[in-house]
Amino acid sequence: MMSETQSSRVEVLKAVGITKVYRSGTVAVDALKGVDLALYEREIVALLGASGSGKSTLLNILGGLDLPTDGRLFYRGRELSALSDAGLTEFRRRHVGFVFQFYNLVPSLTARENVALVTEIAEDAMTPEEALDRVGLASRMDHFPAELSGGEQQRVAIARAIAKRPDILLCDEPTGALDSKTGVTVLEAIVEVNRTLGTTTALITHNVAIRRIADRVIYMADGEIARAEENADRLAPAEVSW
Amino acid sequence: MRALDLKLVRDLRHIWIQSLAIALVLACGVMVLILSSGTQRSLSETREAYYERNRFADVFASLTRAPRSLLDDIARIDGVARVEGRVVFTAMVNLEGMTEPASARVISLPQTGRAILNVPEVRQGRLPEPGHASEVAISEPFAQANGLEPGDHFRAVLNGRLKELVVTGLVLSPEYIYTIGAGAMMPDDRHFGLIWMGESAAAAATDLEGAFNDLSLTLSRGADERPVIAAIDRILAPYGGTGAFGRDRQASNVFIDGELKQLGAMATVLPPIFLIVSAFLVNMVLGRLVALDRAQIGLFKAVGYSTRAIAVHYLKMTIGIGIAGVAIGWLSGWWLGHELTKIYADFFRFPWLIYRPGAGSLVISGVLGIGCVVLGALRAVLSTVRLAPTVAMQPPAPPVFQRGWLDGVSLALRLRQTTMMILRSIVRWPGRAAVTLFGVSGSVAVLVASFFTFDAIDIIMLEIFEHANRQDATLTLTSAVNARAEQDALALPGVLSAEGIFAVPVRLINGTRSRLVSLQGRPPEARLAVLLDEKGETVAMPSSGIVLAEGLADWLDVGAGDPLRVEVLSPPRETWDIPVSAVIRQSLGQDAFIDRDAFFRLARQAPQVNMIHLAIDRNALTELEARVQETPAIAGFTLWTNVQKEFETTLNESLVTMTIIFAALGMLITIGVVYNAARIQLAERAHELASLRVLGFRRGEVGYVLVAEQMLLTLIAIPAGWLGGYALCALMAQGFSTEVVSIPLVVTQRTFAAAALIVIFTALTSALLVRRRLDRIDIVSALKQKE
Repeated sequence: MMSETQSSRVEVLKAVGITKVYRSGTVAVDALKGVDLALYEREIVALLGASGSGKSTLLNILGGLDLPTDGRLFYRGRELSALSDAGLTEFRRRHVGFVFQFYNLVPSLTARENVALVTEIAEDAMTPEEALDRVGLASRMDHFPAELSGGEQQRVAIARAIAKRPDILLCDEPTGALDSKTGVTVLEAIVEVNRTLGTTTALITHNVAIRRIADRVIYMADGEIARAEENADRLAPAEVSW
Repeated sequence: MRALDLKLVRDLRHIWIQSLAIALVLACGVMVLILSSGTQRSLSETREAYYERNRFADVFASLTRAPRSLLDDIARIDGVARVEGRVVFTAMVNLEGMTEPASARVISLPQTGRAILNVPEVRQGRLPEPGHASEVAISEPFAQANGLEPGDHFRAVLNGRLKELVVTGLVLSPEYIYTIGAGAMMPDDRHFGLIWMGESAAAAATDLEGAFNDLSLTLSRGADERPVIAAIDRILAPYGGTGAFGRDRQASNVFIDGELKQLGAMATVLPPIFLIVSAFLVNMVLGRLVALDRAQIGLFKAVGYSTRAIAVHYLKMTIGIGIAGVAIGWLSGWWLGHELTKIYADFFRFPWLIYRPGAGSLVISGVLGIGCVVLGALRAVLSTVRLAPTVAMQPPAPPVFQRGWLDGVSLALRLRQTTMMILRSIVRWPGRAAVTLFGVSGSVAVLVASFFTFDAIDIIMLEIFEHANRQDATLTLTSAVNARAEQDALALPGVLSAEGIFAVPVRLINGTRSRLVSLQGRPPEARLAVLLDEKGETVAMPSSGIVLAEGLADWLDVGAGDPLRVEVLSPPRETWDIPVSAVIRQSLGQDAFIDRDAFFRLARQAPQVNMIHLAIDRNALTELEARVQETPAIAGFTLWTNVQKEFETTLNESLVTMTIIFAALGMLITIGVVYNAARIQLAERAHELASLRVLGFRRGEVGYVLVAEQMLLTLIAIPAGWLGGYALCALMAQGFSTEVVSIPLVVTQRTFAAAALIVIFTALTSALLVRRRLDRIDIVSALKQKE
């Protein structure tokens, strides 16, 4: 799968010297201390690290949810770190899909409607039915979140994230709230989407086992990238357990 | 301080804006109750005290002339306590620098210098000394309107003789709280005043030495006025008595009764709405506030606090808010009530003011205020403290939604998902939506009712001044003269047409019901003062029979075609049975009308007139006024533009002030309801709304979910508010209609539209204020909170 060399691959997102400082009164916390990182087309990257290592902060900045304190961020050569709030909203709207640990579904909308929420505002989106079919939920489309299991809710969240055919899928501990067996079905959905749609996927996890489904693994510690390694032999989600 | 109390203080400091908002809404309800009932009660008590202290008479009568010895006969009537005979007449007044004619009612003061009844209240200077023929006291409003002070001189035509008078003092009288001149409909302080002068001077001017032509008396405690009135009428009949009457027919008292009745209607119709809405609102907001503290309540239970201790803690917090709200309401209601009462007291010309809001309204509003706060909190506290600590510490289970009729609607209308979120939220929490609906429709209703006041005034003004009374001026004659006087009036400068009226006091009797009214004989084919039917169209005066104003016909329980006994109380002093020929609409006053020629055919006399309506050329007004002042036969000159001005002033000073206060409070309800509902939405759905931002929804699109829900509810509430408002208008039309003014129940589209637009605008502004908070929400931190 990793037949191309890194230099010939197309950069989707590129972070240069990203720092993030949170200030609260007189206390300043350096969440990111100069991170350089590139995400390439069609790859799956796993971000690993202890709590507070800066993974979520980095993911939020990559997805245009937050702005870096310093450093520059580019999406296909366009600078994101210079955009206004409205510009970042447009970026998220067109190019980014998010999946969170706690699903963040709208409780008053059914599975189908939660997906339609996004397809209604996106260009060239697939139908909600198609998106839900891709994550194996064709039969549960008319259920409200409260009527679905955790794994099913997370798969709705993935369907909602990929329905607009995003360039980038950012997942913050998508299996964190799930048991191993359910987690595997969710990972399968993510990998399937990556394979069929070619979506660049970044995935935060605490779970060392999950790193084996990724093309690349980036280890973070104390606001910096400690090391990165390529996965020569990716495993299918079904082969992973924890 | 105990830890829990420390938390209480810090919590209150943390949510002080919300606490204040709740307290203010509560204060609104409390304030309106204190304000309305306080004003009405204070004015009633002030009037009572004024009447009592200045010995306002119970029964009144006018006559042509009777010897003073007759007063002893009257005093012997069973039930009569004190009697006073006076000389009362009308005089033209010449004031320096005033071209238009003014007139005054001259009232005699006894030889002793001290009035027995209807005692004038000296405001400045002193009463005239007995024996000083040129000394007079004048009514304070007249003095103020004309810049007269004690020591000033002015001239008056007393019974045809011009006399120089000197002002010794300015006074007010309980008998003339409202001072309405002959032929006028409203007080006109510049052109009509009261003059008190020594009895001998007054009698000399009118050739009434040793006699009287005006009678007042008080009744002994518990005496029935009806037999007394009948006895007086019997005694005075040979002396030209025009019918005795009680306070219920005394012009000034009738007028003020009407005003107090209107205030009373305001005080009973509107405050309950405010109190109920604020109770609902406070209940809702406090309930949510405590519900948001759910996790902490669980924690308290987990560490061993008793259910009771926790409930008490939250009650302390809410009672604090309740006490603040009630206190603010009491203070502002007290203060505003005092200011408003002062406006009214000035307007009514009370010499002093007793401001005493009833303890009843304080207690009621206090109990209701604290009660609804406590109930609101208790409901939420109890539902939370009953949970096991471990459950309470968890966030509440996500709400369960169900598919239903909405899905069909959504599919048919191809609604957006954000719209579905709004609809499902309304259907899922109908109680919450109901509070908003109830509050907003209440607000619309209050505004409709407030603006209805202006509609009613417009219609009344139009009827009185455009349709029913087209004359420019009215002459009141010193005595009835032959109808040929119309021709003399036509000869006055600038007079284009003239219509002679014969007004006479009559008692109308139908079985046991009777009423003393003024019967106006109008010329056939009158064009200046005309009659209107219920639709406001001109109707011709029937050539026979008597025409009654609607209110009067109702009181007498007669309709067109019914016979009516008419007792004429001045010459020709006869009693006739005449059929009622028509019932008409009369906005101001309740009179009876008859064809002038028909009247004098019944009286077997040549037609006479004692009032003449004129259409005049405005360019010749000054000349006309000068001639009127020189003509002894004219006792009064009323310019209808002045009447209209006075009418507008009267309404503006009293009703409109109150109306504006209520309209402002009506808008406050919408602000309170919508702002709080949107704030609660924001608090509870911050996570959901932040998710939408993550998905790439723009601020406006997310704001839509918050704002559109409030606006949708507002729009639904408006028709209900219109209906409620119309019902309120009906109540008010009934409550505001008095013997003087009859309020038509006509609500214009303008009023409905204005109420709706103001509420929509207010609701939108309130919701957008909350949207600004939404814009400031930090997406990342909102998402970190677990659902």
